[in-house]
Amino acid sequence: MSASVLHPSLRTGTIAGLGLAVLFVLSLAVGVSPLPLGRVLSDPEALQLLLVSRLPRTLAAILSGAGLAIAGLIMQTLARNRFVEPATAGTAQSAELGILLVTLLFPAAALPVKTLVAGGAALLGTSIFLATAHRLPPAQPFLVPLFGIVYGGVIGAAATYAAWQADLLQFLAVWTNGDFSGVLRGRYELLWISALMVAIAWFVADRLTIMALGREASIGLGIDYARMMQIGLVLVSVITALAVAVVGMIPFVGLAVPNIVSRLMGDNVRGTLGWVAAGGAGLVLACDIVGRLIRYPYEIPVGTVMGVVGGAIFLWLLFRRGAHA
Amino acid sequence: MIRIENVSFKHRTTPILTDVSLTIPKGGVVALIGPNGAGKSSLLSLVARLQPLQAGAIDIDGLPVDTTPGRELARVVAILRQDTTVASRLKVRELVGFGRFPHGRGRLIEADHAIIDAAIAQFDLADLADRFIETLSGGQRQRALVAMAFAQGTDYLLLDEPLNNLDMYYARELMRSLRSVADGKGKTVVIVLHDINQASAHADRIVAMKGGRVVADGTPAEILTPETLEAVFGFRMRVETIADKPFVLHQL
Repeated sequence: MSASVLHPSLRTGTIAGLGLAVLFVLSLAVGVSPLPLGRVLSDPEALQLLLVSRLPRTLAAILSGAGLAIAGLIMQTLARNRFVEPATAGTAQSAELGILLVTLLFPAAALPVKTLVAGGAALLGTSIFLATAHRLPPAQPFLVPLFGIVYGGVIGAAATYAAWQADLLQFLAVWTNGDFSGVLRGRYELLWISALMVAIAWFVADRLTIMALGREASIGLGIDYARMMQIGLVLVSVITALAVAVVGMIPFVGLAVPNIVSRLMGDNVRGTLGWVAAGGAGLVLACDIVGRLIRYPYEIPVGTVMGVVGGAIFLWLLFRRGAHA
Repeated sequence: MIRIENVSFKHRTTPILTDVSLTIPKGGVVALIGPNGAGKSSLLSLVARLQPLQAGAIDIDGLPVDTTPGRELARVVAILRQDTTVASRLKVRELVGFGRFPHGRGRLIEADHAIIDAAIAQFDLADLADRFIETLSGGQRQRALVAMAFAQGTDYLLLDEPLNNLDMYYARELMRSLRSVADGKGKTVVIVLHDINQASAHADRIVAMKGGRVVADGTPAEILTPETLEAVFGFRMRVETIADKPFVLHQL
């Protein structure tokens, strides 16, 4: 199965890898204080800047971008609907509400603890979303994302109200709008867990492809559908909660990247997973670089840039696919 | 052997199956016939453990379907449901290849590829093998799904109205393929059919269901009589014998 998907795209793979490498170097070079990459080895201050700020920021963008794109792919598989993603269907909002509540009740809790609570809340919120989504008539594919947007909106409103009451609206903005400007060494490493989640997704890739064929096809092929559903839910929730807690939520990555890859290469997850992860990493990294350059030396948060770029991509997908989605 | 013992099944409070017992020995083609809502599809999905058993017992080759691990059963029995929609963008070869999943958990060895190629050839899909499923016609898609079920390589094959969407040529080809795997490889095929004459031409045995019960069970010659058919379907129809097989002229 995998061989037939991979071989015609070897050249495209090289080009994509080069593109990602260029973005990586650009991201290391671009910032308020100039960083001459050629002198990094001889200039200890430049090396310090690279290791403490630029490299962590770049890695954070790659890890969260790849993770969120994979989370979108998994969520679309679980919901059997192409137009849902963690940012719009209640997962991110639940994580935000969870981390807000733990911050209110235990302000001194460490980041890993808060992330864990956010992950638990995301798991609960996403389970409720999927349980409801599976009851909606499959003949009307737009009901699921519509329901998701309303559902996510309600949870988001609850979080906003709670934050407003507690005078924590500024905190909430940190979690709801992704921004890499605060990323430093020692403050992003939790995101490596996202890479672990992506690795698990790779391990169960064939099962994810089969799950997209539906419950009955999955059982017929001997897959423990209920358990795979739980695994998928955990992957989506953990990745989303990590993004929310560490850098803030980034919208549209989970929607745009899996859809574009599906258009170009199909839905055999074993063959597309790497592309989805690389696409998510590249898109987020590119948007972060754009956000650093557009009002130089000031910065625009990556979440805002992605809102514009991702929204445009989403509209394009909607109009291209039309009603037969 | 498939053993169905005293199986009853309810959807909420509506009884779908009432005390069904049936033994299907290994090898041969068994056709399930009956009017809409007779419980044929429900019986098939219970045998294939797609729905949990509520009452009674079913086992296949001694494996109880409710307690045997799904992975083990997937190497014994394959099912094709009647309302299968493939929303994924998979190529025909990929889809058929997933029929081998229960054997290698996604890793295809040489033998798997040979089986996949054979299934693709058997259902005339070679020219379509690299096309996405969504670009195929209903009948082509149906053939791809049947090929996937064949590729699963199980001793038992459950097919729920597989002739849907197929033209006369491919309907006949499919029935002949089923006949040949039953005769040549000793496979057991249980097939829900609405075209009774296909059952007459290709099945060894016909089981007629009505109102959630088995109402008649026997060879085509025994079942396809005006009296039995009227009892099952509720109207009188002419039956003629052509080439030693009964043919039902229900259109008249």
